[in-house]
Amino acid sequence: MTDTITVSGADAETIAVAQEQSRQRPLQHKRRRLGPGKRLRFASVAGPLLILAVWAVASATGILNWRIIPGPWSIVTRGVALWQSGTLGPDIAVSLERAAAGFALGAGSGIILAMVSGLSRIGEAFIDSTVQVKRAIPSLGLIPLFILWLGIGESFKIVIIAIGVFIPIYINLSASLVGIDKRYVELAESLQLSRWDFLRRVVFPGALPGLFVGLRLGVVGSWLSLVVLEQINATSGLGYMMYQATNYGQTDIICVGLVIYGIFGFLSDRGVRLIERRVLSWRRSLSN
Amino acid sequence: MASITQQLNNEQLTSTVATVQIRDLHRQFGDHVVLDGVDLDIRHGEFVALIGRSGSGKTTLLRTLAGLDHDVVGSGDVQVPDKISVVFQDSRLLPWSRVLDNVLLGYRGTDARARGRDALAEVGLAGRERAWPNELSGGEAQRAALARSLVWDPELLLLDEPFGALDALTRTKMHGLLRDLCVQHTPAVLLITHDVDEAITLADRVLVLEDGRIGTDLHIEAPHPRSYRDSRLGEYREQLFSALGVTDA
Repeated sequence: MTDTITVSGADAETIAVAQEQSRQRPLQHKRRRLGPGKRLRFASVAGPLLILAVWAVASATGILNWRIIPGPWSIVTRGVALWQSGTLGPDIAVSLERAAAGFALGAGSGIILAMVSGLSRIGEAFIDSTVQVKRAIPSLGLIPLFILWLGIGESFKIVIIAIGVFIPIYINLSASLVGIDKRYVELAESLQLSRWDFLRRVVFPGALPGLFVGLRLGVVGSWLSLVVLEQINATSGLGYMMYQATNYGQTDIICVGLVIYGIFGFLSDRGVRLIERRVLSWRRSLSN
Repeated sequence: MASITQQLNNEQLTSTVATVQIRDLHRQFGDHVVLDGVDLDIRHGEFVALIGRSGSGKTTLLRTLAGLDHDVVGSGDVQVPDKISVVFQDSRLLPWSRVLDNVLLGYRGTDARARGRDALAEVGLAGRERAWPNELSGGEAQRAALARSLVWDPELLLLDEPFGALDALTRTKMHGLLRDLCVQHTPAVLLITHDVDEAITLADRVLVLEDGRIGTDLHIEAPHPRSYRDSRLGEYREQLFSALGVTDA
């Protein structure tokens, strides 16, 4: 190592290049990054697209039997055919209507009851414990009772969907109303805010992030309940379409229904997130 | 302008009417007696600093003055003015409201926006009205908190270790700002701090809270602006350190 070595012209050049490179990388000593780093583009659709590709290849090569699950393209063509024959459109409309009605009812009652329970000790005493008990009872287990009480029409479906939507919205909103930062309460007291100003300026804006978590869970939940409900007792809607297809072994129609449910669930979640980003714009500078 | 305010200031200092009057204040949490007979007068325009070891009841006293002590066991006679502002150790800006809206929180009046802007300009935050609180540095956030307290034109300004979380350089700047604001607005001030130097540099009087009572009441006779290294302050510092039980200061 200590010997002096005469270097030939070519070697000298390599050394010079290596030295140059090390000069160009002055931040060699940077620590290894442990955070996840930058977010990938199209991250939200990457996983589904990969599955779609694998599925398409497997179907095309015959690895997947079409009787078990048809290729993506036959689902698309079947969907288009169903649409053109005029049966798919009304079924989607009916399902959308049920999901929307159930969601509106569930979200409305969830927000109102969460506010009563989150803002008053009496409300908390009577409502919160009741909802916690209800949480332990599966909504789908209530179907027979609700059929007996409300008949087998639309109302029992909407009520069951609403209950599924109500729970996550209630839980998240009331938790964030109760969990309001004490320091802000103290600030509001020292500024002698009126009760209404306190709610408007401190409590509600502080609880909005919790409300949005609830809304996102609720909006997806409305579709989940719908799938089950429409397959049990229905004469219209996507679930009914799938139920009929089951009897005739039409896997492609079942898949059309599943895909549409999936798309609507995904889109409604995206929609809520979009509103959330708008409403909670003050948070953006935090996450950056 | 400066000489006029100075004159006014002196005049108010000589007045005998106390803005704050506390007599025989007792406070306890469970069996633990925190305040055991506190007497305290703060005159109009007077700047009082209160020091004491942690747990000595400084904050309890401030919360009593601020009217923030709910469900507390105690007795005593407390007279405070109507208009009281509190500045906390953290800026306590609402993260979902812009700076100007934070400054005007709870304030009503036709001139509110202009008043808020003036207050922000006074603390050196002109042009930051539309910023979100999490875009501000620690010092800027505390300036905004000061502006929020000034909007109310308080007769009593309560400061609970307001500079405790700031770095030394920012803290020194904030001292100058606070002193200027107090000369301008002449509220009675009670500053709670654990920093003896901060107390000596800013206050007309420094009190030490020990064993639930005001043990030491020291008038600081030195012209403003004062510096930490002013040799005239050395004696005060020693007295205060010994009152706090720190011998090797």
